[in-house]
Amino acid sequence: MSDVSSQAELAANPGLRPVVGPGAVGGGWKRFFDLLILMSVSDFRKAYFGTVLGYAWSLLRPLMLFAVLLAVFTQIFRIGSQGVEHYEVYLLLNIVLFSFFQEATVTATTAVVAQEGIVRKTQFPRLVVPMSIVLTSFFNLGMNMIAVLIFAVALGVSPMWTWLLFPLSVLALVVLTSAVSSYLSALYVRHRDVAIIWSVSATALFYGSAVLYPVSIIPEGVLRDVIFANPIVPILVQTNKWVIDSGAPGAAEAAGGWAKLIPAITIFVVACVVAVWYFRREAPRVAEEL
Amino acid sequence: MSMPGQVQPAVDPVQGDDEPEGPVLIEARDLEKLFRIPEHRIDTFKERALHPFSGPDFRELRALDKVSFDVRKGEFFGIVGRNGSGKSTLLKILASIYRADAGTIRVAGRLAPFIELGVGFNPELTARDNVVLNAVMMGLTPRQARQRLPAVFEFAELEDFTELKLKNYSSGMSVRLAFSVMLQTEADILLIDEVLAVGDAAFQQKCYDVFHEMKDADKTVVFVTHDMTAVQTFCDRAMLLHDGQVTDIGEPEEIGRHYLRLNFEGEHAGKTDQGENLAVDLHTAIIEARLLDEDDDPITNIEFGRPIRFEAVLEAKSELLEPVLTFHVLDADSRLVFGHQRALVLGNGEPGHVPAGGRIQIAGTLDNPLNPGRYHLTCWVRRNRTQGDMAVQAMRMIDFVVFGTPGGAGGMITVDGDIELELEGSR
Repeated sequence: MSDVSSQAELAANPGLRPVVGPGAVGGGWKRFFDLLILMSVSDFRKAYFGTVLGYAWSLLRPLMLFAVLLAVFTQIFRIGSQGVEHYEVYLLLNIVLFSFFQEATVTATTAVVAQEGIVRKTQFPRLVVPMSIVLTSFFNLGMNMIAVLIFAVALGVSPMWTWLLFPLSVLALVVLTSAVSSYLSALYVRHRDVAIIWSVSATALFYGSAVLYPVSIIPEGVLRDVIFANPIVPILVQTNKWVIDSGAPGAAEAAGGWAKLIPAITIFVVACVVAVWYFRREAPRVAEEL
Repeated sequence: MSMPGQVQPAVDPVQGDDEPEGPVLIEARDLEKLFRIPEHRIDTFKERALHPFSGPDFRELRALDKVSFDVRKGEFFGIVGRNGSGKSTLLKILASIYRADAGTIRVAGRLAPFIELGVGFNPELTARDNVVLNAVMMGLTPRQARQRLPAVFEFAELEDFTELKLKNYSSGMSVRLAFSVMLQTEADILLIDEVLAVGDAAFQQKCYDVFHEMKDADKTVVFVTHDMTAVQTFCDRAMLLHDGQVTDIGEPEEIGRHYLRLNFEGEHAGKTDQGENLAVDLHTAIIEARLLDEDDDPITNIEFGRPIRFEAVLEAKSELLEPVLTFHVLDADSRLVFGHQRALVLGNGEPGHVPAGGRIQIAGTLDNPLNPGRYHLTCWVRRNRTQGDMAVQAMRMIDFVVFGTPGGAGGMITVDGDIELELEGSR
């Protein structure tokens, strides 16, 4: 078919639009967000109204983890008494924030495969699948933050103007979580052991992300630099300063200068770029690889 | 809101049979799709680590090879072909589920696909949530999707199951739901893959009704099926795919004949299903069994209306006293269609005895009222007329296909008959 004749036909049928096939996004942003919200809301509803205790269950998990860790770290290891203001609130807030990251990334890893029925049979922007998981976890985070707030006020954390900066921490965490989730969900389609590797890695990250302990107990030097290369660490440290204890060191101060934050920022940016690049590359073919 | 049940014929139905003159809604040019099928699929890092140098062993499957066609507005366009001919791949590319390796597709308007039994549902969600999600995927806004919920469930006859999770739906129910969603999205073009292969008879009839209405309303439909009757009933034009290539595009009748020729030419003739039958410890074995045409040449498939002619040789593994042979013709679901029974009688009228190692020759000609489909001929041998059922052995002798266009109006068989109609009081 020569170009001339198809151009002539196009002129006769201005309605003809090229079909480019499936992709990461595409089909319009409105449709993307409609689908994203529909999928997350129905997932969220399922979690909250599917069981009798709904909301209680989703709170119970971080709270129980919190109770165990609190007992261990205040009664046995006594990190809690080493100069952390409001250690209980510090611990709970960190657990809730990290749980968001962990829950979203672990669930998203298998999401594209789990949604096989939809992916193989309907046409929609593929990025909706991991992003809807992130959004569902984000709803959970919101519900859990209510508990954190009540807890914080009850334990005497006084409101500060820097609470207004808290959304910045959450934004950074959401962007990082979205990048990791999208990347893993596409990678899992080709390499099924990603799920196991990541669930172990996420647990390792939990202990390496200064969730349980203040970074100040890590000796300055290589070890602290390594810890600070993890982008979650400066986010948590800064959040602590903004939300709980304005006297605590900020991320740059705790790391030992702004320069020490460069690795974390680099990793953060690289993660986002790689995620976008890889997901866009894989999205057109995920339906075939399943 | 126009529901399928209320579609008014927009055009004179007579005109609908003409060659469609409308604008092109789907234009496909030189579509190619290559699947690389791993001989040994490397799914995990462990396997990758264990076999670092074994490059991926891929077998290449050319699912589509330079496929070009147009579908015009108001056309009912059939795509036929054997399993693996690329039909479903083509439909998935049209529906933007797969991406073509080369070639272009241009489409005017919104497409609603019904792919591979259509069930693009999430089993963990309720039917209601799934319907909304599916409708939005097909291009409605969430608001429109919610407005159409009642109509979707009404057509699917599932009003009582809207809050049931999809995993608790039977396969028939989810197909009905998916089909109903597709209809209610009121897309400009419908892509339908094998909807007639599933569901119960009532649902199939409903599909037929909908197809008739869509045809009358000049809807644009791309329809993939094995069912030649449906192609010839509904399609304005059809395309035959074979090994990923367009073999023929044209009149449904001609495409249907072409498809049947393609289907039955290649198969080798006169094969018995030996694996199942030659059980040595039983009293009788099939030595050979074959189907014959009228010139005594072996065939595997019989044209509709032609007699079923067969010959077979059985060998007795142990002595048979006054054996009785029953021949049954069964359909694909092993339902008995009809049968014949014969006792072995010698020339002098005495019942025959077959010593161990002795052979019985069988030659049969049966009338063939069978409608097109898959059938098999079985032979039951009763070892001794006076003994009970214990000594009866069943053998599947010949599998065959009846092809062609039936003269009746459905059912398993076509029988001759005469029905007179007269308008009362017209004289």
